[in-house]
Amino acid sequence: MSQKNMKLIDKKGVRLDGRKPDELRPIKIDVGILSNADGSAYIEQGKNKILAAVFGPKELHPKHMALPDRMVLRCRYHMAPFSVQERKSPAPSRREVELSKVIREALEPSIFLEYYPRTGIDVFIEVLQADGSTRCASITAASSALADAGIPMRDLVVACSTGKVDGTIVLDLMDTEDKMGEADVPLALMPNLNAITLLQMDGQLTLEEFEKAVNLALEGCKKIYTLQKEALKAKYVSFKEAEE
Amino acid sequence: MAMITRVKQKEIAQLIEKGKRLDGRGLKDYREIKVEQGIIERAEGSARVLLGKTEVMVGVKIETGQPFADTPNEGVLTVNAELVPLASPTFEPGPPDENSIELARIVDRGIRESKAIDLEKLCIEHGKNVFVVFVDVYVLNHDGNLIDASAIAALSALLNTKMPNYEVEGGQAKIKPGYTPLPIKKRPITVTFAKIGEKLVVDPGLEEEQVMDARISMAIDDDTNICAIQKGGSGYFSPQQILEAAQTAKEKSEEIGKKLGWR
Amino acid sequence: MPTFFERKQLVVPGDLIAEDDYIAGENTYAEGKRIYASRIGIVDYENKKVNVVALRAFYIPKVGDIVIGTVTEIGFNGWTVDVNSPYQAILRASDALSRPFRPQRDDLSQVLDVGDLIVAKITAYDRAHDPQLTVAEPGLGKITRGQIIKITPTKIPRVIGRKGSMISMIKQETGCQIILGLNGVILVTGKTLEDEQLAIMAINKIEEESHTSGLTDRITQMLKEMKEKRGAN
Repeated sequence: MSQKNMKLIDKKGVRLDGRKPDELRPIKIDVGILSNADGSAYIEQGKNKILAAVFGPKELHPKHMALPDRMVLRCRYHMAPFSVQERKSPAPSRREVELSKVIREALEPSIFLEYYPRTGIDVFIEVLQADGSTRCASITAASSALADAGIPMRDLVVACSTGKVDGTIVLDLMDTEDKMGEADVPLALMPNLNAITLLQMDGQLTLEEFEKAVNLALEGCKKIYTLQKEALKAKYVSFKEAEE
Repeated sequence: MAMITRVKQKEIAQLIEKGKRLDGRGLKDYREIKVEQGIIERAEGSARVLLGKTEVMVGVKIETGQPFADTPNEGVLTVNAELVPLASPTFEPGPPDENSIELARIVDRGIRESKAIDLEKLCIEHGKNVFVVFVDVYVLNHDGNLIDASAIAALSALLNTKMPNYEVEGGQAKIKPGYTPLPIKKRPITVTFAKIGEKLVVDPGLEEEQVMDARISMAIDDDTNICAIQKGGSGYFSPQQILEAAQTAKEKSEEIGKKLGWR
Repeated sequence: MPTFFERKQLVVPGDLIAEDDYIAGENTYAEGKRIYASRIGIVDYENKKVNVVALRAFYIPKVGDIVIGTVTEIGFNGWTVDVNSPYQAILRASDALSRPFRPQRDDLSQVLDVGDLIVAKITAYDRAHDPQLTVAEPGLGKITRGQIIKITPTKIPRVIGRKGSMISMIKQETGCQIILGLNGVILVTGKTLEDEQLAIMAINKIEEESHTSGLTDRITQMLKEMKEKRGAN
């Protein structure tokens, strides 16, 4: 079967995995799951399985990397060799370098970097299994890990992708839709400040389609935000309920 | 390049509030764009662009090679960028860092997603042999907005590129005399904005980049579709600002396109 | 004068807690007239001041704090001490010896060596400099016995309890001496290992359940039960 002719969305608007155009994949977030990290979170979104860990704030080594008036945020996005269909070399690819940068830039606006000069925070993201929109799930997990570590933040950051498949604007792209669709728009948001901290796009969209995609992504982010908050509170709430 | 002083930061911000910039431009004005093509004879295509004082040179080399498994009948495009140390005191010699990798990937996306090159016409033998287009972006002087300058230079170089003629003889591609221009279908233009305070300015200069809190670049094709977007920097945008930028990018790409003869 | 969260409710960074007449206290920040949480924690109001008691934070030195730290390096005229903070602390020889420091005669490692635990006081700290310590005061100095546990620094007040009720109760029930470092490091010294373990268990439980009520009673109960069990063995 020629891949080019594969239908990604049928006449009834049902996608390959049974979802409607504006439906998110099932999401599960667990916080505080790594005992050595200062903060950590694990996210499953569809088949994505991603781990995020935070170390710091701590003194930076080498010292010359430190800034005199603020914290430095370092971020490493990395995919495990077994995370994708064809084994990926463990060496950082150009894509991973770019994603590490845009993810860091998506998280930085949320942190009060100026509170702790001359220190650094390391964020490590490991994609254990990938199925599209990994940078978005990574950001949601990394922000949860930062909150778990007690880093003072303006807001949480939550991320979600939208795209166009077979002419329809859809939410939360999985890998096939990303590869075979007509556009992909990952977006990260600080929900209480309504501030977009990551926005990329590739494909072809008219201005109207782009506006639709952005608005759908913002809605998706708000839904994921609810789950993110629940996951952060779960560590404390479950005990509170048991006691009551 | 000295660190930017607080006084200068304030000056820039105050001017922008009034709708003006350090060099007298309006918020939506580009600096002068100069394009020269065919300057490197050894390359199959080349161009040199001056955007204000920012200078970028792009060389295109054509080779043959294996296609990717999932596109057996398409040529291969690969874009690399070098932030050459002589271009700025902040560029260090060494392997590509995150900035040059990001720059290369943004330029690549603009060309690839707009389908500027007709990659199917670069197939020599299905699944075995195709033309590989190497686009090397060489930043020679950094005075702000490397993205737009590089994008214009890359496309100008591609428009200048000629592929050798060949014929397939016994499973081998044999070079014949003569050349064919690289098949270019679209001419995307990238428009970059810097956010300073709550205002967006196009084509940021070097000092503006030092004070901006975020930037966003949008690549627009001949049919005014958006084909690539990249937000950069550690600040943020409101949804409103994003949509306004998209509208302005559409307008500016038409304007610049006409100036370059691409629209 | 609206508030969106009540006292004792759990908030996450970015949650809007109050608007208009309020001022931003601990672990909150103000944007215009709105007060937002900056850490996960429990809301508390002190009149018009909005505080969030953080459930997880790290220690930032404050002048006058008593802290417990570990010597990590011996320098030319002092030691570097890990005080469980993003910032390394410095203890100068002159703040450790009761007499002037003589570099040719005094071997610093004889006074304090790498790995030694000390109880110290913060004498100086600002944004541009690492914290300075002293041990040249009564009650401060090298620790020779006991066990160390670390808890999140924001929970130290809970371990102390209202008017010291919690910490006095633990000391009484376990017979241990307990020094609470404000940097979240606690020294427990008891007559036997089991006594120390008991106190440590109590402290760990307080850290886990610090956001709940009726804790003092529950901890007292737990300690009494454990002692009985031990007595029965």
